[in-house]
Amino acid sequence: MSITSATASELLAKMNAGEVSSEEITAACLAEIARRDESINAFLSLQGETALQTAREVDRKRKAGEPLGKLAGIPVALKDNICATGTTTTCASRMLEAFTPPYDAHIVERLRAADAVLIGKTNLDEFAMGSSTENSAFKITANPWNTKCAAGGSSGGSAAAVSAGFAPLALGSDTGGSIRQPASFCGVVGLKPTYGRVSRYGLVAFASSLDQIGPFARDITDAALLLETIAGKDQRDTTSLDAAVPRYTENLEQPLKNLKVGYIEHLHEEGLHEDVQKATQQALDVYQSLGAELIPVELPHARYCVATYYIIAPSEASSNLARYDGVHYGYRAKQFDNMIDMYAASRGEAFGDEVKRRIMLGTYALSSGYYDAYYLKALKVRRLIRNDFEQAFQKVDIIASPVTPTPAFEIGELTDDPLAMYLADIFTTSANLSGIPGVSVPAGMSQNKLPIGLQLLAPPLEEERLLRAARMFERETDWHLKRPE
Amino acid sequence: MDYTVIIGLEVHVQLQTRTKLFCGCSTRFNPDHPNTQTCPVCLGLPGALPVLNREAFHLGMKTGLAINCEIPSFTKWDRKQYYYPDLPKAYQISQYDLPMSQNGWLEIEIDPETRETKKIGIIRAHLEEDAGKNSHDESGRGHDSKVDLNRCGTPLIEIVSEPDLRSAREARTYLEELKLLLTYIDVSDCNMQEGSLRCDANVNLHIQQENGETIPTPIVEIKNLNSFRGVEQAIEFEVQRQWEAWQETRLSLHDVPKETRGWDADRGITLEQRGKEEAADYRYFPDPDLAPVTVTDAERDKVSSELCERPALRRNRLEKEYQLSAYDAAVIIDQGLAFADYFEQVAKGCQNGKQAANWVTQDVLRELKEGGLEISAFSIKPEVLAALLEKVESNEITTKSARTVFQELLKSEEAAPGVESIQSIIEDKGLAMVSDTGALEAAVQTVVAKNEKAVADFQSGKQAAVGALIGQVMREVKGADPKVVRELLIKKMS
Ligand SMILES: [Zn+2]
Repeated sequence: MSITSATASELLAKMNAGEVSSEEITAACLAEIARRDESINAFLSLQGETALQTAREVDRKRKAGEPLGKLAGIPVALKDNICATGTTTTCASRMLEAFTPPYDAHIVERLRAADAVLIGKTNLDEFAMGSSTENSAFKITANPWNTKCAAGGSSGGSAAAVSAGFAPLALGSDTGGSIRQPASFCGVVGLKPTYGRVSRYGLVAFASSLDQIGPFARDITDAALLLETIAGKDQRDTTSLDAAVPRYTENLEQPLKNLKVGYIEHLHEEGLHEDVQKATQQALDVYQSLGAELIPVELPHARYCVATYYIIAPSEASSNLARYDGVHYGYRAKQFDNMIDMYAASRGEAFGDEVKRRIMLGTYALSSGYYDAYYLKALKVRRLIRNDFEQAFQKVDIIASPVTPTPAFEIGELTDDPLAMYLADIFTTSANLSGIPGVSVPAGMSQNKLPIGLQLLAPPLEEERLLRAARMFERETDWHLKRPE
Repeated sequence: MDYTVIIGLEVHVQLQTRTKLFCGCSTRFNPDHPNTQTCPVCLGLPGALPVLNREAFHLGMKTGLAINCEIPSFTKWDRKQYYYPDLPKAYQISQYDLPMSQNGWLEIEIDPETRETKKIGIIRAHLEEDAGKNSHDESGRGHDSKVDLNRCGTPLIEIVSEPDLRSAREARTYLEELKLLLTYIDVSDCNMQEGSLRCDANVNLHIQQENGETIPTPIVEIKNLNSFRGVEQAIEFEVQRQWEAWQETRLSLHDVPKETRGWDADRGITLEQRGKEEAADYRYFPDPDLAPVTVTDAERDKVSSELCERPALRRNRLEKEYQLSAYDAAVIIDQGLAFADYFEQVAKGCQNGKQAANWVTQDVLRELKEGGLEISAFSIKPEVLAALLEKVESNEITTKSARTVFQELLKSEEAAPGVESIQSIIEDKGLAMVSDTGALEAAVQTVVAKNEKAVADFQSGKQAAVGALIGQVMREVKGADPKVVRELLIKKMS
């Protein structure tokens, strides 16, 4: 096993055994990035020098026997919509191309305190709006399994970085599937925690009531390790939950007894790719072989998820992105006639098409005369979707489903058809709308040698159950051990 | 044809918290050092999130309860969206459909002669964050405009009255009463110069037609009212302008949308304003970054119990309890809570409210004004003044002597001379009332002997002649009670 394909837990064990140093690991990651990122385009910026400095400092502490954090010496990549001092946070937008935040996001503080090595900022769809990382203003991230294919999105850079061997761990954000979908496309583990489990302070807002930061990793154990490092109440985010954070890694190996796995029957019929359907069925079979009971669940309002999502998310986005007006920071147009024109020109020149499309959708939905018909109605449907899950979880412990209807599509395949792209969010948006945790675990390969993920969902704050159930599956399969080349 | 004036006021009051509504930045008025009291939250930087300042909410509840509002058990935050350079998030966090207090009233006196009062309805009072301040190049040379965000995020409570006010004078009285109340309950300094109390007035006329019909004229919102006088003058101007416009155009409220006009205090006129108000769709929606606030009955009761006596009630009580004139009671109340407390301590201590009111509204107030002092910094503490006045009450010293003692106390080197200082000053200056009638009678004897003409005048019926003699006796015997001297003189000369 090479350094760049090892998991964080394996690397920690090796460092503790004195077999490898953090500097060597970090240098190996940087070398791999140098070798291959030109064709993958996972990173928007690299902090190689400071990463190596941090690595050497951790090595010194480890040698001196000083106390070390949970992730001491492990390289971690950050999606470039998470603020960290010392480098730009661009959100893959011309608007923030030169923006360097004066503060660290809450999770960045946590990572630094855990002695993690922050190696670079990863590519995304502009302001996290998209499902393919094709909406980045700077570059398109390719899928490490097949560079003609999309890495998924919006956290495509982070998923690709973990998949390609650039970093064992990465952070992303998930508003409608932006962690789980690229994880599924790239064959890695991606987890969206319960809304409020992780502080959003320092995450550049897309849709505040849906956004949640979460881990990318090469297996469930690493995802658990990273989640327990970043989760917990933060006074600066009043939507963060004041609930104790379990040690997720501790009882991960204990299987859940009498596990009831819910599955959705009717969704399987609509436009689901054959390979995805097969992988999902095989995963259910694995659970059954482990003694779990399979129970069909009804989510009557699931078919309204995408419509609801594409009203609520753009509405909040239209408000959250209004601050980028060229007045205080960010891009300002060179030529303008007056104040209003300065706003219009700055925003018109610096935002990409997808961002503009969503700002217009959201502005419309919140406008006087339309608010009740769109935004308010969407909020009501959201409540019904949440109720569906509450009822389903009375009967089952977790719900298993595909992550996406198809494996990774080709770059450019859907760019002219935003609606088709939106509809692919059918399995993922419900977790954001109802605030529940969800994880994508590697669960198969398509005939075209592209990874396929399995999505597991659990009730709010049941990440421990989610991870243990996922680990049960992972132990029986070897999909998570496959690496692209 | 006749008309009724219809006025409603929207008052923005800055709550005196140490820190801003949603971040930890200082709220100090600091225009000379722009953009020094800012942080990622109030600068609206990407990724920063608001956190409610509980103290601001507490002061908001206090305000709501003081103006007799209901405090609903559930309230939430909404984003009011518009573009303006002083608003870095391009939305203001405010409250739209579920304000934190509503349906209250404030009583004002509308006729000082009859003491008639009137309850002015209050529709709602809600919390919101203030914007920053823009300054534009006034030279016309097109230099950059500047933005100071020190004020941005400062907590405001917006108090919206019903259109219950019927004259410019009433509007002013309402505003004055509101200011007095809010300073009394200690939620704001209501400093209009520094912008901690700002007022917009909605004004129109109801024209009574001969046929008994009433036609409302278009509503005008007057902005930029930054003094009590300004409020009164601007409304007077606007009433006249609308009356003339009605006679000319006959346009009613249904023909014209609400118009915003600015008060130009220098020219004494309102002017049509252009700007952000034109884009009327604020696209309000619930702020997803902030949890709604729930208020329990116990919390509401606790805040209610912290409220002091409202100034209007206290004014009435002072009149009754201390037999004060309405004028004296009003003067005392208008000086603020600490001053009224001072008065009551003096009045209780010397057992004579009327005398306490005279001293407090004249001597004490004069000294405060001359020294530019607050009552809390005044060196003569209420118990000392009470002790001094008690000596007048019990005829130990004269009122005149008391004034001398008062002046001596002010000159004292001690920061706050104690009660015992009074006695030593009386002794040093020989101000004790002379009860030794022997000495007094001797002095009267001498003075009468020396002033034959005055005695003759008195005996021929000129009562005024006694006055000059009293003065002479008093000069002989310091601390003599003029009433006693007068009696002795009259007895002697009769
Ligand atoms: Zn601040």
